Amino acid sequence: MSGRDRIAIFPSRMALTTMKARLKGAQKGHSLLKKKADALQMRFRSILKKIVDTKELMGEVMKDAAFSLTEAKFVTGEFKQEVLQKVTKAQCKVRDRKDNVAGVNIPIFELYQDGKDANEHIGLGRGGQKLTSMKQYYSKAIELLVNLASLQTSFIVLDEAIKITNRRVNAIEHVIIPKLERTIAYINSELDEREREEFFRLKKIQEKKKQARERHEANIADLKAKGVISDNVPNMLEDEHDQDLLF
Amino acid sequence: MASRGKLISIIGDEETCVGFLMGGIGEMNKERQPNFKVVDKDTPVSEIEETFKTFVKRSDIAIILINQNVAEMIRHEIDKHTSSIPAVLEIPSKDAPYDPSKDSILKRAKGMFGGSD
Repeated sequence: MSGRDRIAIFPSRMALTTMKARLKGAQKGHSLLKKKADALQMRFRSILKKIVDTKELMGEVMKDAAFSLTEAKFVTGEFKQEVLQKVTKAQCKVRDRKDNVAGVNIPIFELYQDGKDANEHIGLGRGGQKLTSMKQYYSKAIELLVNLASLQTSFIVLDEAIKITNRRVNAIEHVIIPKLERTIAYINSELDEREREEFFRLKKIQEKKKQARERHEANIADLKAKGVISDNVPNMLEDEHDQDLLF
Repeated sequence: MASRGKLISIIGDEETCVGFLMGGIGEMNKERQPNFKVVDKDTPVSEIEETFKTFVKRSDIAIILINQNVAEMIRHEIDKHTSSIPAVLEIPSKDAPYDPSKDSILKRAKGMFGGSD
């Protein structure tokens, strides 16, 4: 029983105190981690909901954008190759920022504009208006997608963090705390055992002492009966027969 | 690195690419490598895979947009990509409507909701 999984430690009172302190620490850590897991879970749920909503919205936006592209193509004629060839510098870029939820860093993307439109000369001849509206549609789509990307990244990061936290919570709950409890129980039982032994030992000593005293008394009584020693021990102070010493 | 802007890359059919490039996210880097990949029906799957892998490895890319029908072709690669950055987003293409049930992320999300929606 006591040979089961527990911390290898010499059972002493000091070890018991240490174990108790560790158990307290583990319980505190457990409750804190549980709170963290709950906080993450809450955030996670809300993000999940947002992701699902945004994905639906994205379908709509992309449809509009694709339609406006077709419109633009119809009005302007062939401009795809031109666009594909003229790519130089990105005008929409993303910055990543860190958000902190219960000690977990979550990257959040932010869209920002940088530089001028590289495609401003396309559609100069005709269909400029359609192209502009199409650009707007796609900018909106990009904005939405960047938003969605941050949500999705948070989703992945949070998912991972929740898994780790839950693993820790479970490890503390099902491995560390029982182990400490078993160790404490073991130390307690050992200490009790030692106390019983000590008690027994004291009793034994008392018994021996009693026997010795009895033997001693019997011995003295025996000697008295023989007249070797008597009860009236001569008192030096009351001694009258003693002669004075004269120098 | 954090302060520098990162790019959005696209793997998709011509229409999608052109649309987003018009939105202004295209960039050629110094090695003359674009951050987009036009996939037509003759593009071999291995090439798409290769492009996806390069985009994932590039540190200046934060988001990869990929058409859902293209994503279907390299689904195993996308499922293998589990880290948070770059984020892989599946977007509907012009001729294939968006199907939420195929999306890698939504599949995971569904599993967690337990079919509540």
